[in-house]
Amino acid sequence: MVTISDPAFSAIWLTVRLATITTLLLFLIGTPIAWWLARTRSWLKGPVGALVALPLVLPPTVIGFYLLVVMGPHGPIGQLTQALGLGVLPFTFWGLVVGSVLYSMPFVVQPLQNAFDAIGERPLEVAATLRAGPWDRFFTVVLPLARPGFITAGVLGFAHTVGEFGVVLMIGGNIPDKTRVVSVQIYDHVEALEYAQAHWLAAGMLVFSFAVLLLLYLFNPNGRRK
Amino acid sequence: MQHRKFIFLLLSLFAGLASADEVQVAVAANFTAPMQVIAAVFEKDTGHKAQLAFGSSGKFYAQIKNGAPFQVLLSADGEIPAKLEREGAAVPGTRFTYAIGKLALWSATEGMVDDKGEILKKGSYAHLAIANPKLAPYGAAAIETLKNLGVLEAVQAKFVQGENIAQTYQFVDSGNAELGFVALSQITKDGKLIKGSAWIVPSKLHAPIRQDAVILTTGKDNPAAGALMNFLKSAKAKGIIRAYGYDF
Repeated sequence: MVTISDPAFSAIWLTVRLATITTLLLFLIGTPIAWWLARTRSWLKGPVGALVALPLVLPPTVIGFYLLVVMGPHGPIGQLTQALGLGVLPFTFWGLVVGSVLYSMPFVVQPLQNAFDAIGERPLEVAATLRAGPWDRFFTVVLPLARPGFITAGVLGFAHTVGEFGVVLMIGGNIPDKTRVVSVQIYDHVEALEYAQAHWLAAGMLVFSFAVLLLLYLFNPNGRRK
Repeated sequence: MQHRKFIFLLLSLFAGLASADEVQVAVAANFTAPMQVIAAVFEKDTGHKAQLAFGSSGKFYAQIKNGAPFQVLLSADGEIPAKLEREGAAVPGTRFTYAIGKLALWSATEGMVDDKGEILKKGSYAHLAIANPKLAPYGAAAIETLKNLGVLEAVQAKFVQGENIAQTYQFVDSGNAELGFVALSQITKDGKLIKGSAWIVPSKLHAPIRQDAVILTTGKDNPAAGALMNFLKSAKAKGIIRAYGYDF
């Protein structure tokens, strides 16, 4: 009988922390981007939309490789972070956060954009005639109406970060408690032929992923209607 | 006529290009560069074609056990070929050591690594890249070396681990880790250092990195598999292997 060991717990905790912070940051960054994409008539809508969707298409190893180079000591972002006295990001927890935010961006922005699109102009115009300011309109009209979109975005952003592997492998350096997340831990076990431990974590991941998606489809009214 | 050509092209997309005298070879990541040269010479000399796949030996083990179509394995260690043989997945009696790997402490920066490896003790660096010692023989050899130098405890906190030796190289090459233990074969060409500075770890500091090859049961009846094994033992192949910084 194999028990879940301390390294496993530490990897799980690290993964949960990473996914939570990433999801919160994605709400902060992704909401304005999605709102802009849903409302703008600018020619930039196409390019920005494509940029946001890139991680859906690019292999994670490509993203990871470029992040490693760009955030490294000779890369432009690495030079900037060094000049700011932050050191370089690869091999750190916050490096993983940056990578995850980029990598999971489309999973948050796209559901939000769809939700904002679906609201349309009408409720906002009505609110405006009742003298609601732009911020007021956003918080009292848009947010409640777009709630299913936010739930979908949050769940997908979180789950996708938990399932992230290639990017973390490339920029993480597999450091216990800092960058060794569950997916990397599973990979290590498989590579080291420790299949029993691998099964424990892998099965846990499978059950978690299914449960998350099941909850999403059961309770999200948007999903149910479809 | 045009139609027929088109249909043939379409069908060949699905069929792939299979030829009788072709051997599928799984190659340990550290042996990538020399094997590409060897495969080219092998093809020219014998007419057989070697299809190469590069990766870590642990992954190859899992894939072979689950029906991967590899016919020859060039492992980074001696253990996995022996294990495959015990488990009936490799042809008994075909196992042999094709190369002994050499470990090097390397930095992409000129003049950073001295020729005695003293920099390890000075500790004037933030990250030391090693291959995962659980998975890669070069990683295990690095740990053994550090232990024998008496600095393992001191440098442990600076470890960043690549999942294989190729990724470890990438960490150092991109400058993200100032130092790293890599395979000498990765940083030399024709006996010369390609860039940066390095210390070739004396082989008395760690157990020899014996790299074994074996014919897998799927390749038992493939003449190209046997031919490749013989070719690896030839003076010609050994010359190439040595030029990349391996021993025998």
